[in-house]
Amino acid sequence: MQPATACASSGLTIPWLRRCSSLRVKCSTSQRAHCASTSTADTAEPIEPIEPIDPIETDPEPDPEPFKLKPLPYPFNALEPHMSKETVEYHWERHHRGHVDSLNAIIQGTEFAEMELENMVLTSYNEGNPLPFFVHASQVWNHDFFWETMKPGGGGNPSNVLKYLIERDFGSLDELAKEIQNAALTQFGSGWVWLAYKAHRLGVGNDINPRPSKKDKRLVVVKTPNAVSPLVWDYYPLLAIDVWEHAYYMDYENRRGDYVSVFLDKLISWDVVSDRLKNAMFRASKREKMEKREMLLDKMKEAKLRVKAVDLRPTPKARPKMKRRQY
Amino acid sequence: MVLQLVMAPNWCGCGVASANSTKISTNAFKMSSNRFNFSKPYPGRAYRVTAYYSLTTPPYELDALEPYMSKRTVEIHWGKHHNEHVERLNKHLKTSAFYGHTLEEMVKATYNNGSPLVEFNDSSSVWSHDFFWESMQPNGGSMPKGGVLDQIEKDFGTFTNFKDEFTFAALSIFGPGWVWLYLKKNERKLAVAPTQNAISPLVWGDIPIIGLDMWEHAYYLDYKDDRSAYVNNFLDHLVSWHSVMVRMMRAEAFVNLGKPKIPVA
Repeated sequence: MQPATACASSGLTIPWLRRCSSLRVKCSTSQRAHCASTSTADTAEPIEPIEPIDPIETDPEPDPEPFKLKPLPYPFNALEPHMSKETVEYHWERHHRGHVDSLNAIIQGTEFAEMELENMVLTSYNEGNPLPFFVHASQVWNHDFFWETMKPGGGGNPSNVLKYLIERDFGSLDELAKEIQNAALTQFGSGWVWLAYKAHRLGVGNDINPRPSKKDKRLVVVKTPNAVSPLVWDYYPLLAIDVWEHAYYMDYENRRGDYVSVFLDKLISWDVVSDRLKNAMFRASKREKMEKREMLLDKMKEAKLRVKAVDLRPTPKARPKMKRRQY
Repeated sequence: MVLQLVMAPNWCGCGVASANSTKISTNAFKMSSNRFNFSKPYPGRAYRVTAYYSLTTPPYELDALEPYMSKRTVEIHWGKHHNEHVERLNKHLKTSAFYGHTLEEMVKATYNNGSPLVEFNDSSSVWSHDFFWESMQPNGGSMPKGGVLDQIEKDFGTFTNFKDEFTFAALSIFGPGWVWLYLKKNERKLAVAPTQNAISPLVWGDIPIIGLDMWEHAYYLDYKDDRSAYVNNFLDHLVSWHSVMVRMMRAEAFVNLGKPKIPVA
């Protein structure tokens, strides 16, 4: 497409575009019209934006609420008697909403306001030196995840791939429950307990596994303090249990073990966990393929082969994302 | 009847008769005195006195802090959380190298300069909770008197300033933690600091004067998420300035707070 090539070949950062991409440029009709009208030859100086045709296309006022509090997938009293209405109401209305408001207050007007939540969690974690709004971003993400992990009339048994992986990596569902209990009871203070799909490597140059096997990609139970989540370790979380005291104190007082066992028996939605697992395995395998291809390309470049490298990296739109359930 | 030498009880229980010990027939020994029957159930075995920590009781009834801290909160906080820490600590002590340390020593030693050992969380929690119950009293709050007030005004400006700083520090904690009024040994002044999880000013060598538990279990049943109401009620109605005075008096043995008294020649 001629205008796209023009933009792509110059590789310039076009002011009105959200993302700079040297592969393909996502242009709207007005922008394409502009590109088509100017010369298609490479220009040295950046293209000046003309008066936009559509007034709505102008840079809007910074949104005072970049993130909205996501509504619960069920009414407040749906999880009775295992999690009381009061707990759910307070937890969502005061704690979750408080984090959303704090996050909005800090990031509004900054460049972070346009990021997706997951991206923001990773960026603000900053490799262990978190930025001030990390706790809020992470807690918003964690709580969204937590509410979706539960459903009224939950419990039962996992099925299919999830069941297979649980039995392969833990032995049985009971063993998994025991490990989760242990993690919950040994988490001193506040935090979260997760079942995560661990697929990726460490992300440092020399972490090549000399004997790769299928078991490298496995399920793990992890516990994290305060607001941290396994996203920062490059895991794919599958289920989350909030072991902050505000999540269970009104119903179970100090009996965290009882709360966790009721969660696993009566509240958890194995369907959601299975969906997430499927998604995680898909993303992990895609990522692995991409990395293998990149490694191969690098090797070939090193060997100075004249290769016409076709970039098959998916466009941002085509990249599979964790779907949020729309209710 | 043979006259008995009062034989010193063989506390070490080694059961080995020394060269100087008098051999006394069992019959005569028993008849001499029934009260001091030192016969050991397991002859030849050493006995070791063992001691563990136990749950100390708050110096007031469990419902004495109503309506600012409900009886239910105190019952669960003390009876379940504090108790759980004591039991876990004792379980650690069965196999720990820190058996025999006093609680303060154990807190400082197990903190290990920032890489806490496994006993730290429980020992520090036990110490901090003991401290916390003693920092409160029924009909507490209001103003401190005399020397304590002078010291606070010297270090914070005004008493209200101190309350504001204390409240601000308490609300700044994310997650579980404590907020402390403590005496800095090196700078010889009072200061306020928030800490995470179970850390207390003991670990960095200063002397705590007031400790307030900001873990959610301390206030959730009464105040839900309204932490400022909890802290304000603590400062206005619960804090025991009497304990503060006693602790300051003790602290003066370690820190010289007054102007140096140079004798006039």
